[in-house]
Amino acid sequence: MARSSLTLGPSLAERARRPSALVARNFFVQVRAVPYVWASGLLEPILYLLSIGIGIGHLVGKVPGPGGALVPYAAFVAPGLLATSAMNGAIYECTTNIFAKLHWAKLYDAVVATPLGPTDIAVAEVGFATFRCFLYAGVFLATMAALGDVRSWWAIMCLPAATLVGAAFASAGFAASCFMRSWTDFDKVQMVAMPLFLFSATFYPLSELPRWLQLVVEALPLYPGVALCRQFSLGHPSASAFGYIIYLSVLALLAGEVSRRRVTKLLTP
Amino acid sequence: MQALPAPLRPLSYFWVSFRRTWMSTLSTTFLTPLLYLASLGAGLGALVGHGQRLASLGGQDYVSFVAPALLAATAMQVAIAQATYDVWGACNPWSGAYRSMQASPISVGQIMTGHMTWIAARALLACTLFLVVSAAFGTVHSPEALAGLAVGPLTALTFAAPLAAYSVRARHDQPFTVVFRLFMLPLFLFSGTFFPVSQLPVGLRYVAYALPLWHSVELSRSLYAGKFGLLAGLGHLAYLAGVAGIGLVLARRSYRVRLSR
Amino acid sequence: MSTGTRVSARGLRKSFGDFTAVDGIDFEVRAGEVFGFLGPNGAGKSSTMRMVGATSERTGGELSVLGLDPSHDGATIRSRLGVVPQEDNLDLELSVSDNLFVYGRYFGIPRRELRARIVDLLHFARLSERATEKVDNLSGGMKRRLTIARGLVNEPELILLDEPTTGLDPQARHLLWDRLYSLKQSGVTLVLTTHYMDEAEQLCDRLVVMDKGHIIAAGSPRELVDRYATKEVVELRFPAGEARRALEEVDGLARRVEALADRVFLYTDDGDETAEEVAHSGLRPTSTLVRRASLEDVFMTLTGRQLDD
Repeated sequence: MARSSLTLGPSLAERARRPSALVARNFFVQVRAVPYVWASGLLEPILYLLSIGIGIGHLVGKVPGPGGALVPYAAFVAPGLLATSAMNGAIYECTTNIFAKLHWAKLYDAVVATPLGPTDIAVAEVGFATFRCFLYAGVFLATMAALGDVRSWWAIMCLPAATLVGAAFASAGFAASCFMRSWTDFDKVQMVAMPLFLFSATFYPLSELPRWLQLVVEALPLYPGVALCRQFSLGHPSASAFGYIIYLSVLALLAGEVSRRRVTKLLTP
Repeated sequence: MQALPAPLRPLSYFWVSFRRTWMSTLSTTFLTPLLYLASLGAGLGALVGHGQRLASLGGQDYVSFVAPALLAATAMQVAIAQATYDVWGACNPWSGAYRSMQASPISVGQIMTGHMTWIAARALLACTLFLVVSAAFGTVHSPEALAGLAVGPLTALTFAAPLAAYSVRARHDQPFTVVFRLFMLPLFLFSGTFFPVSQLPVGLRYVAYALPLWHSVELSRSLYAGKFGLLAGLGHLAYLAGVAGIGLVLARRSYRVRLSR
Repeated sequence: MSTGTRVSARGLRKSFGDFTAVDGIDFEVRAGEVFGFLGPNGAGKSSTMRMVGATSERTGGELSVLGLDPSHDGATIRSRLGVVPQEDNLDLELSVSDNLFVYGRYFGIPRRELRARIVDLLHFARLSERATEKVDNLSGGMKRRLTIARGLVNEPELILLDEPTTGLDPQARHLLWDRLYSLKQSGVTLVLTTHYMDEAEQLCDRLVVMDKGHIIAAGSPRELVDRYATKEVVELRFPAGEARRALEEVDGLARRVEALADRVFLYTDDGDETAEEVAHSGLRPTSTLVRRASLEDVFMTLTGRQLDD
């Protein structure tokens, strides 16, 4: 009945196994119970792509892409929407859901009574949200290709780029959720995500803006994702890509550390 | 304080809870269309025909084309958000507002009309604020736009009534996500809001004509531009009022079924 | 599995900022027994349970659970514990059997073995018929039984139950007691908290009485009653507010007397005789009741207050 009490700390395999059990739980719940919610999430960015890319694109014509060459508006806006959908997917998964499990369903209180600890919970939830972003990004990228919005084999790099955007915003969302006090606090999340979506050079080239505003936009956390995806999908990678990757990685790690500390404090007082 | 007439008594509940959350509510219902107007209207507008008037946009520049559509879309968004989560939450057997109203002399029908009136009032408020801001963007070309304010509550009822009929009987709130993604979003994106419906393939064009938001957008756009045509205008009004009316009948029935069990 | 110590605490302390929830307590739980923490809300029972369950770091003192230190071997300890929290925190998005399955996976139990255990656990919890139902549809007692079954999924050596029957109707409580008793029979060690003295009397081999972060008494239920109370108690009821006045008149009729707003307790070894004397004294209570002394009286004697105040 008793397992051996002779332990030398958890093995690496054990450390990886623990969060994966919670990830499996999320798949179990979401894919099984509400598959249509998952499916509808796939469609959302594609609707934007059709309306803004094709509909508005018809009115706009061509715009200058990352290399300076003129590209059709749809091809310009598509990578912006890809990065945005990764952000939105991560926020959708990692804000209200986390808050509900923390304070309303008390799910995590049950989880910390098992061998899983608060760190495992943070890793699992951020990992799950990131994986979801990866899947959605794959479908979106395939749609872009089908619509002729992909210009180079570099575009395949959009997949890891969008996944990184997902990881950064999932960590940030998790961290933010640990500080929320009530449901109405989540309107503030929308008030951050919405301007990021609309003003991160998603819909028009940065060069359209006055210089001071360009600097502001470049500092926004969604901008590196948009720029990265755009460089790749239009086949013009540049050295700045490294800067963007570092920006997003630092954001992911910092927010991850805040998440870990805060959730530990909340769950194991 | 004078007692409100019974059908309006539910309003006091909504008013009290609104006073508690108006800050965050305003940010979503008002700032969202404003940001869209700034980004997609003004920002993108600079790229569309270099900010000039275009024949394909009915002789308007792009911001002026988008602004009235966003007014209609705002009314729709307010209505859908309220008629899904708020109506559903109010039915909650333990903490729902409807349950406590039912314990008073207010009838089930009055609960329904009370909530619908509240939603229409919220839409009117959001649209009024939006009209002021869109005027600041130089998109209002006629005093007729003031009449556009009536489009807000009417649009709100068109969406809120049939949706409330559904929400009040819904068992789970998960389908609402789908309502937002597969109903509200396509309407928002393809009802002639951001580009003329005439750009759509022929088949889809007729689908768009059947969408209630297209009628609201057309109505609002004609009033902003001072080109309200009596026949077309009345047609749009009749369509919206028709959907709202059918919705109210359905809602009344659903409320009866749900709240008296 | 019958000898040895499962939990031992010495000078165990827990504070949250300025507030000290547990203020230096000593206790020991032996293998195979049912050990109880009895006390009112806020006594520090749940904080103690969380430290034993390795989900809350102690502020001071020594604590050993299953021979391990929760500060270092939390995950290992938790893998061998069963926890039944005060509030049901079942996964509302999952069915009854999926709740057990997903929880078992948190312990890394292989799927095949888990499926077999779930059949037994559902049977144990009398929930076999409800296996595929949503948790939401269960009654309070069923949810509680499922939570207990969930705590057994890893075949724990030690089970922690925080107020297992609070909020249940009498029938559901008795069914639960029956299930817990059968667990005890199978040799598992149980630690539980409660503020019901009848529950403590029914289930516990040994218990400690807690108040304001301290242990104020320890022993078996019978020992405690013998030591801190008399054999019997006469309860006199009065219209609200008049009990204190009556107190003076009955003083001297029993070994000890206590008064609440509407009641006077007379602690005595012969209840009928004392009741008779009260009747002769000319006092007219609205009702008179003679009963055996209970843990409630122990608590009353020790603190001058009632348990569920």
